[in-house]
Amino acid sequence: MERLRRTMMFVPGNNPAMIKDAGIYGADSIMFDLEDSVSLTEKDTARMLVFEALQNVDYGNSELVVRINGLDTDMGKADIYAMVKAGVEVIRLPKTETPEDVVETEKVIEEAEKYFGIEVGRTHMMAAIESAGGVLNAPAIAKASDRLIGIALGAEDYVTMMKTRRYPDGAELSFARNMILHGARAAGIAAFDTVYSDVDNTEGFNHEVEIIHELGFDGKSVINPRQIPLVNAIYAPTEKEIRNAKDVLNAIEEAHKKGSGVISLRGKMVDKPVVARAQRTMALAKASHLVDEEGNIYAE
Amino acid sequence: MLNKVNREIPDDILKDKNYKPFETTEIGNPETTYVAHNVKVTQGDDKLVDSIPDVIAKTGLKNGMTISFHHHFREGDFVFNMVMQEIINEGFQDLTLAPSSLTNVMNDMVIKAIKAGTISHITSSGMRGSLGDFISHGGLKDPVVLRSHGNRARSIENGDIKIDVAFLGVPNADAVGNANAIHGDAVFGSMGYSLMDAKYADKVVLLTDTIMPYPNTPASIKQTQVDYVVKVPKVGDPDKIGSGATRFTKDPKELKIAEMVNQVITHSPYFKDGFSFQTGSGGAALAVSRYLRKSMIQKNIKASFALGGITKPTVDLLEEGLVDKILDVQDFDKGAAASMANNENQQEIDSSWYADPYNKGAAVNQLDVCILSALEIDTKFNVNVMTGSDGVLRGAIGGHQDAANAKLTIISAPLVRGRIATVVPDVTTVVTPGDSIDVLVTEVGIAINPKRKDLIAALKNVPGVPVYTIEELQKRAEAIVGKPEKLQFTDRPVALIEYRDGSLIDTVYQVKD
Repeated sequence: MERLRRTMMFVPGNNPAMIKDAGIYGADSIMFDLEDSVSLTEKDTARMLVFEALQNVDYGNSELVVRINGLDTDMGKADIYAMVKAGVEVIRLPKTETPEDVVETEKVIEEAEKYFGIEVGRTHMMAAIESAGGVLNAPAIAKASDRLIGIALGAEDYVTMMKTRRYPDGAELSFARNMILHGARAAGIAAFDTVYSDVDNTEGFNHEVEIIHELGFDGKSVINPRQIPLVNAIYAPTEKEIRNAKDVLNAIEEAHKKGSGVISLRGKMVDKPVVARAQRTMALAKASHLVDEEGNIYAE
Repeated sequence: MLNKVNREIPDDILKDKNYKPFETTEIGNPETTYVAHNVKVTQGDDKLVDSIPDVIAKTGLKNGMTISFHHHFREGDFVFNMVMQEIINEGFQDLTLAPSSLTNVMNDMVIKAIKAGTISHITSSGMRGSLGDFISHGGLKDPVVLRSHGNRARSIENGDIKIDVAFLGVPNADAVGNANAIHGDAVFGSMGYSLMDAKYADKVVLLTDTIMPYPNTPASIKQTQVDYVVKVPKVGDPDKIGSGATRFTKDPKELKIAEMVNQVITHSPYFKDGFSFQTGSGGAALAVSRYLRKSMIQKNIKASFALGGITKPTVDLLEEGLVDKILDVQDFDKGAAASMANNENQQEIDSSWYADPYNKGAAVNQLDVCILSALEIDTKFNVNVMTGSDGVLRGAIGGHQDAANAKLTIISAPLVRGRIATVVPDVTTVVTPGDSIDVLVTEVGIAINPKRKDLIAALKNVPGVPVYTIEELQKRAEAIVGKPEKLQFTDRPVALIEYRDGSLIDTVYQVKD
């Protein structure tokens, strides 16, 4: 089954203390940044730090992502080579405008894999979309490579370009969010929402997470570990949802045992999407510590 | 010889200073005799003295005597430096300094007094900064004796510390010596530690900037105990006595640790109606009280008492009705100190009542849950709160050894600090023996003392609280920061660490430069 990606925590690639501790907060994905949060004078240092960290620090079950500098800079290629060698799971492209951006980056990744004798295709990719053009191209970008595990909205540059700013109700991002979400779903990959930078505004953050949860995003980019439990709480299924999911999964098991093809539960047909949703609910319940490994609901 | 925590204790120290090596955390039921102090009978007239030189003369202070102070004014203390400077000026020699503890604001004056020959022996709860550095580099010939708050009470009672003159700063007093610390500019709340000095010193001098009309009640220190009262311009800086408004930490790592500490408490067998706890100060400890509050409300559980050094968040729990009583030996912030004046359920206790191992039962013996910190903890669960990773004195025992007797003693500490491991194969200095430690909580997970099978069973399946062996945590810390070079010491002892029963648990040696 597809892995959970409720939270992708941004970690500046030039901050050793944050890099060392990034694994303890239970982020589903950790994104080490070599791009915007690192000043030009520290690009090499950051690359080396992240290169070492990927190989030496225990990040538990978190998915490890590195945001590289674009190939239009003279750091981009070096970033890719170093991260591929370090065995990163996902390389994140910044400021993706077109499907060709993805294809070009994939070429360099493949070169690097061959150069280091690493299995071709092992390094996954994701693309961040941060402009009007990128948003319009989202469906094509999402399908540009089999390596893509997801696309993400980066709203800071986008809202400036759109001659607006962030608002609490999120209307300014409504089109971009829906484009990215539809692009991702049509391609069968994950969709990530943008960061929320006012870390002390819990209410505003929760409101935004509720919006993207409702829309169907896989998860949200976070810039502070304190935001992780907030996202997880909103993504946690209710007890009713868990019980229903268990019923669905039990019904399937029963039907499989009987060799029956058509499955129904309380008079309703259980089809593939219902099963997929039930599986995701159980995965979320486990990740939220609401059920144990066997799927039993923890006694209150 | 090696003591029970495998520390080499020099035979000549055992012999010359009549020490027993540390054996066990069990105190048992020994019989002991308390010492009596000398009383010069007066009718209470002429206690008010104009100046510090006059009062020093009146006390009959002589070379070789023992003087004491308290550290309730913490970093805002003016009294220690005023008195000590005068004692140096007058050329006294060979005194023993026996304060409840030494804060940084006293450091330079202590060093000055040592260099002048005024002070030749020190016993304290701890020392930090320039003084710790000075002592660790061999600045004092005779090793400093470091004692917990409970052990200091014991030592005063049985005469190991015989105080000739106690100089006690107070925020207010009347002319005959009735004093408290809940009114005046320099309030600090509970007078806990200084109450022992007032009770047992031969001569008791109060120094205050506020003389109150007689009778000054409520009186924590009483006229029956006091020889002289001196009016001074200012006893302390209110802003440095306690931190101001308590701000909860925003450090995600401290919050993570605090949340896990709370999980350990609430999943332990002790979390039930009527339980008791001690949290201490520090960012993570304050955050624990916030999480604990939530859990107590959720599960409808109230605590019978909170103990120890008290902070505003604990006082808030009292006011909210989640805690019935506070037993208060010291207040860490203004909110806690101010509350002492208004809430009769916040009981001032002296350090004997708090933590003394040799009385008829102290408050720590009733304690269920205690959260303590550590500079280092080793794979035997021994804790160091005294020496840094450079081997230099930079801490205080405080109530650590005493409160560790709680039924559930939790050490909360990060796995590493910067490039220094907190969880180590062997601590530099054993202060609190691993026998009294039950659970270590770090940001990556917890380790449970293997002898606590009950806790291992209770905590093995707590969501979000991974359980490791302490060896695994030590290895993890080592994987991050590597193996440090062994510290280099000379063979000259600079400090003796007593266990709370007065036995010798470890020795601190002079560092090699």
